[in-house]
Parts: sequence; structure tokens; C-alpha cells
Amino acid sequence: MNNSIFGYDGNDTWIHKLTGTSKLIFFILVSIISMISYDVRFTLLVLVLSAFIFQQSKIKWQQIKLVVKLIVIFAILNLITVYIFSPGHGSYLYGTRHVIFNFGYLTMTQEQLFYELNLAIKYLVTVPISLVFLITTNPSEFSASLNQIGVPYRFSYAVSLALRYIPDVQQDFQSISLAQQARGYEISKKGKVMDRIKGTSQILVPLILSSLDKIQVISQAMELRRFGKNKSRTWYMHRKFSKNDYLTLLFAMLIILIGILFIKIDGSRFFNPFK
Amino acid sequence: MNKKKLSVQSVVAIGIGTAILFLLKRWVSIPIGIPNTNLDTSYGFLGFIAVLFGPAVGFCVGFLGHSINDFTQFGTPWWTWVFTTGLVGMAMGFLKKYIQPDEGKISTRKLVFYNIYQVIINIIAWVLIAPTGDVLIYSEPANKVYLQGIVSAFTNSLSTGVIGTILLVIYASTKVQKGSLKKE
Repeated sequence: MNNSIFGYDGNDTWIHKLTGTSKLIFFILVSIISMISYDVRFTLLVLVLSAFIFQQSKIKWQQIKLVVKLIVIFAILNLITVYIFSPGHGSYLYGTRHVIFNFGYLTMTQEQLFYELNLAIKYLVTVPISLVFLITTNPSEFSASLNQIGVPYRFSYAVSLALRYIPDVQQDFQSISLAQQARGYEISKKGKVMDRIKGTSQILVPLILSSLDKIQVISQAMELRRFGKNKSRTWYMHRKFSKNDYLTLLFAMLIILIGILFIKIDGSRFFNPFK
Repeated sequence: MNKKKLSVQSVVAIGIGTAILFLLKRWVSIPIGIPNTNLDTSYGFLGFIAVLFGPAVGFCVGFLGHSINDFTQFGTPWWTWVFTTGLVGMAMGFLKKYIQPDEGKISTRKLVFYNIYQVIINIIAWVLIAPTGDVLIYSEPANKVYLQGIVSAFTNSLSTGVIGTILLVIYASTKVQKGSLKKE
């Protein structure tokens, strides 16, 4: 149940064997640097790398088909809105203007095309590694990893509770929804807007009130077991670092350095081929 | 309650609250007739849970719920908006002391104040903070992100207002009113 959303799938590639901690640090560092950098050479390098990591993790296309489709649709929609709202943004950023074709307001310039290419790569660059992270990391290990990188254990435990209870809340939601529909509340697409808002709140109220009771019960149980009495705690899923984990961290540092190097070479976050 | 550390109840509230926020964000949004604009019910819930448990829980629930949703839906969280959701949760949490939902009936005055406050917070968050972050960090064109911001300020304050108020009133009515018992 716990794995239904995060799609964790046990396998035994070297990526699965890495600890959650090193994968988490790698993911955070790489996504920060690729968020900052607007250099197409660097982001393409990271994209190729993350595609390679994805290939190594032996994830099947079936597992991720739906997510990838949604991401691509979202990216395309966003690119189109950027173009419609601000066709001159590329020229503004790069300071020059090479017209490809004239079309009044929507005149397409090379700068705009290049800017949108950059955006598209930035939307997609961390997708493969985040999918790898989601599918190869056991959710129970995730909170142990958070604690290990310095997040307070109470907060890590809250994250772990959230991951644990998402399927439960989902189950509750479905049963309440079916029960209310059986009583005739309208929540389907056919209903009017007001009916749907009303129908939805008829589901939300019991769901949320019963969850508040759940909060009481769980926190009492945890208090009885002396949760939070000590300064630190141990984790069942905690694992020791191996050689590969240190290599992963080293590799992440290397990517960061390359990213900073590119920013130094360009003199700013942007790589400008039009100068 | 210890100021520095989260209480056990807060830890659990963050956990369950995040789970509910994630569910609402992912599956429960109501189209309101304007194309591509949905009423995101999760903001109503965020306002409610923040008022119930305070700013720390509000921030964590908003931040975590939004990032888990983005993470599983788009592969990478859109950090500026995720962070802003957290800020909204925190700001709403400051109302806990004023509204005191655990003390039974909430007066109309408090509900009016809640709604004025949430509209102001939503406008600051979605029209100022989130789009400015997008322009600075993601270098997106200003007019696109500010328009998106204005639309979300509208839908999110609608959600925080309508759903949040309904939840608060119903929750308070399940509590015994303070001083309702009289000595005979």
C-alpha cells in the first residue's frame, strides 16, 4: 500500500543499493545547480547524465509512462504560454534580436527560440533522476535519510507519517465519496458548479473531522511510547555508507563544480551565443 | 508547549495534514467555469489546519504537501510556489491565538476578520512573492507569471474563504463551548 504513489520497486541494481541519504543529497545538489544555471551546454550535460542514471536503474517504461506524459504535456503548455505572453523575452535576456519570421506581436526570434529551448531542458533535466529516486528509494528509508542529512528527527518523522498515511487517507476519501454519492450528492463532471462544490464539501467534512480524531489517537499512542523524549533516535531502515555512496557524493560535488565553472566562464547564469 | 521543539501532536498533525493536503491537491479540484482555472480545495484545508495547530504546522503542511505533490506529478517541485504555499500556511497559523477554534462557537466578527486577513495574505503571497520568485530564480517572463499569480490569488482566496470558513464553523460546533456549563 505504502508504495502505490511513490511506485517504489525493489530491484538490485547498484542504484537500488545506494543509501537513500546519498541519493537524496545527489538529487538536491544537482537540482539546485540545474535550477540556477541557464547554460544550455551544462544543462544538456546534466540531462544526458540523468538519462544515463535512469538507464542504469532498469526502470520499465510501463511504470512511468503516465507520469512522463503528464510532465511533457505540462512542459509544452508552459512553453506555449511563455511564447504567447512574452515573445520578446529572449531578446530582452540576450540583448540582441535575430528575426526568424515576422508575425506582428508573435514575431519569432532566434533568441526566443533559444530561451524556450533552455526552459524546456530545465523543465525536463531533473525528471529522470527524480523518477529514479522515487522508484529506487524505499519510503521508509527516506525519513532516516532526511534525519541523517541534518533535518530534525521530529520533522523527518512527520514526513514519514505523511508518506505512511497518504494511502490511508486516500482509502478513506474513496469510501466516503462512494457513500455520499449513494445518498445522491453530485460530484461528477455532469453536475453544476455549485452542486459540485456542495458535494465535495460533503466529502471533505467527514474526511477531515475523522482525520482530526486520527491525529489525537496517533499522537497519544506515540506519547505513550515516549516519542520525542530523547535528543536523537535510531532508525530501523538506517544503513551505513558504502564506497559507492561516497563516490556518489563526490560525483555530485563534481557536477556542482562544473556548473560553477560554466557560470564563471559566461560571467552570468546565462550562456549567450548571440554576442 | 516547548517553543523550540514540535510537540508530538504537531508532528502527527504535520504528517496527517500533509497527507490530506496532498490528496486534495492531486485529486480534488473543482473547475469554476473559467477555462484552465480550478478551485484548489487544498488551500481551504490549509487555512483550516493552520488556524487549528498554529504557524509551524501551517508552514510544514503547506511546504511538504505541495512539494510531495509536485515531486510525484512533475518530477521536480516548483520551489518558489511550494515555498509560498508554506508561507501562506504560516501566516494563517498566526490566527490561532485570535480565533481559538477549540473554545466552541466562533463569532461572526472573528470569521469576518479571518476572511479579510486571508484575502490580504493570499494577495501578498500569490501576486507579490511567488511571481517575483519566478522572475528572479526561474527567469520567466514577468507578465505571464504575474497573471498566473493574480488568477491563483483569486481562486486560492475563494477556496481559503469558502472551504476554510465552512470547516472552521463545523469544527467549532463539535467542541463544547467555553463556560457553557452553569452551576445550579
